[in-house]
Amino acid sequence: MRRFIACWLLTVPLTGFTAGAADYVKLPGGRFHTALKYEDIKENMRVAPFALMRKPVTNAEFLAFVRSHPQWRRDRVASVFAEPRYVSHWAGPVTLGPAALPQQPVVQVSWFAARAYCEAQGARLPTWVEWEYAAAADEMRRDARSDLLWRERILHWYSQPSNRPLQRAGLQTPNVYGVQDLHGLVWEWTEDFSSLLVDPDNRNQGDADKAKFCGAGALSMNDRDHYAVLMRVAMLSSLDAEDTTANLGFRCAKEPK
Amino acid sequence: MLCTEAEVGPFEKAAAMRHRTQVLTLVVLSLALLAGCNANDGGPEPAATASDTGGSLKGDFGPPQGPDVKAVLTSPPMVPPATGRKAPARVIVELNVVEKDMPISEGVTYTFWTFGGTVPGNFIRVRQGDTVVFHLRNMPDSKMPHNIDLHGVTGPGGGAASSFTAPGHVSRFTFKALNAGLFVYHCATAPVGMHIANGMYGLILVEPPEGLPPVDKEYYVMQGDFYTAGKYREKGHQAFDMQKGIDENPTYVLFNGSEGALTGDKALTAKVGETVRLFVGNGGPNLVSSFHVIGEIFDKVWFEGGSRFQENVQTTLIPSGGAAIMEFHLEVPGSYVIVDHSIFRAFNKGALAILKAEGAENLAIYSGKEVDAMYIGDRAQPNLAAVAVAATAAKSGVLTIDDQIKAGQALFTGTCSTCHQPNGEGMAGVFPPLAKSDLIAANPKRIADILLHGLAGPVTVNGKDYNSVMPPMSQLTDDEVANIGTYVLNSWDNPGGRISKAEVAQRRASAPAPATGSEH
Repeated sequence: MRRFIACWLLTVPLTGFTAGAADYVKLPGGRFHTALKYEDIKENMRVAPFALMRKPVTNAEFLAFVRSHPQWRRDRVASVFAEPRYVSHWAGPVTLGPAALPQQPVVQVSWFAARAYCEAQGARLPTWVEWEYAAAADEMRRDARSDLLWRERILHWYSQPSNRPLQRAGLQTPNVYGVQDLHGLVWEWTEDFSSLLVDPDNRNQGDADKAKFCGAGALSMNDRDHYAVLMRVAMLSSLDAEDTTANLGFRCAKEPK
Repeated sequence: MLCTEAEVGPFEKAAAMRHRTQVLTLVVLSLALLAGCNANDGGPEPAATASDTGGSLKGDFGPPQGPDVKAVLTSPPMVPPATGRKAPARVIVELNVVEKDMPISEGVTYTFWTFGGTVPGNFIRVRQGDTVVFHLRNMPDSKMPHNIDLHGVTGPGGGAASSFTAPGHVSRFTFKALNAGLFVYHCATAPVGMHIANGMYGLILVEPPEGLPPVDKEYYVMQGDFYTAGKYREKGHQAFDMQKGIDENPTYVLFNGSEGALTGDKALTAKVGETVRLFVGNGGPNLVSSFHVIGEIFDKVWFEGGSRFQENVQTTLIPSGGAAIMEFHLEVPGSYVIVDHSIFRAFNKGALAILKAEGAENLAIYSGKEVDAMYIGDRAQPNLAAVAVAATAAKSGVLTIDDQIKAGQALFTGTCSTCHQPNGEGMAGVFPPLAKSDLIAANPKRIADILLHGLAGPVTVNGKDYNSVMPPMSQLTDDEVANIGTYVLNSWDNPGGRISKAEVAQRRASAPAPATGSEH
């Protein structure tokens, strides 16, 4: 393990500056214990190897996408794909302006828009489990979730008011895989956000509407100590695919090369 | 005995004056009350209309009549049928003590001690004035002697001493049920706390002589707190943890003895239009329950399991070793979540049950979500003014130290403060302090080196030893390192000074600290 860390320390300075939309890192996958309760999976699930963007997509990157895909300009987008607040903090349809610095993560993006962006890169949004698996790591360990100190660090973000400006993407130290900003910057869309908590087969559970009331979260979580995860899921499950918020961005995933 | 219109409260009277239909209701109600009085003339008085039931003093209706009756015992969540008797009887109760391993949560087992093989134990239903002949049978394979203290027994110990039973033995004792009410029973063998914590409790209902009003569904739910050596949901077989019990720090707080006992396929069920009655006990051994059904209001609560009811109750308190009866009429279909409203117990210790009501929607009573519209508040947009100013200033070559400090503070919040804390105090034994740091004072420029190349291995800061790994912050630009470093130098009684972008660029190019080896 020590050797592994040492190798990683050497590689980071090389890769830390390679910017651009195609900046992915490979994650090995493997057996993973999700904090969510899936009807068909009892213990661990297997996460297939995948590649994930090191950083959330930035305003500059998303602007380039909008320029090359003008159907996603805020003045041209179909209203079913993005609510009126879609990139409303930009100065104009193809202008960032003072409230949207180029290196900040793009926010006020709908799930449809995020998905279109990833598709344009030959990629996709990560699944919840992929995101959770990547976000279970800290700087040194692949699974730091049982570390109370680490949990405190994550919860620290939740206790900050959201009226502060967002930091630039990539400011925080990479985790052991080389992925940055999974915690402490923005919420992130996942491909399957709309199915979180909702069981399509109510014969199994008997609580078909369990996602809709406050006692429900406790029924759907395997590990309730993971408040950070619970809050992510609660946030995502409150949204529709055309919704945007001031703290919600995204990053893309794809199959490893 | 008072049995007149005066029994009807002032609210009903006022309403009756306004509405003819309610006047009619009032008349019917009055007639019903009068009828009740007549039927009971010379007999025991119905609790709902008497100012005082007389308690045990008026609970002896003479010697048992008719043939012996064998009590119907039920396992939770079911409740035995009403006794339906009009005269006192001799009732035979045969209760088995069983020690057995059962799941307490998914993939977690626990050695429960039980009355009748379940937690809570069998529900017992008798009538006030009955003579109860109680047989307690301790299974031959039990490890422990056990006994039973029924809170419905009049007499020292509540039956405990008379029922002390070794493994492979049966004890018998007899009592007359003089007080009506819903009573907890439990094992009272030393150590009592452990016997109760292992699940040895249940309920006995002593019906008032006129019985309880008929309802559509009756269920039996009992809360208990459990103390396992392992953490909540830690897999495998879990042993009892006496110290947690003494500390009153339960691992689980459960309805009916296991997580999931009353959810999913095992949820309680009812139909819209039905009235549900819950007999709810709290075995403890330690916690008091704030019993609540999310989305329902109890039409009636016979608080503390006694003879009076309160109406229109949201949450009722059930003491350890106490019980309550509640009734509610179901108007709207859906899943009603039953919780201990000391709500962390519901979310993090298992105190959850579901009552599933089927039937037609009634949108006039509950619409479901009607609107999810955009809402725009009036809070100002945040901006990265400080950082932006610093960046612009640096480009034009007029960066002041104040610009740097301001920009550094914003950056520090976003990256350093999660470990070193917003006040720079760090975390004892793990993350060294940056505040008033003798390590920084000894060589202020070293901040840039540590940020760029990390710091691994033992260091001593302000007299305390630390041995952890700070990874290199190589994701930071030269500007950012300079600004963070300058902010730290000028905060929390550090020596002050300034780190420039040029210095950072030079330190970045130089060899990093030995702990990280040589760079490519």
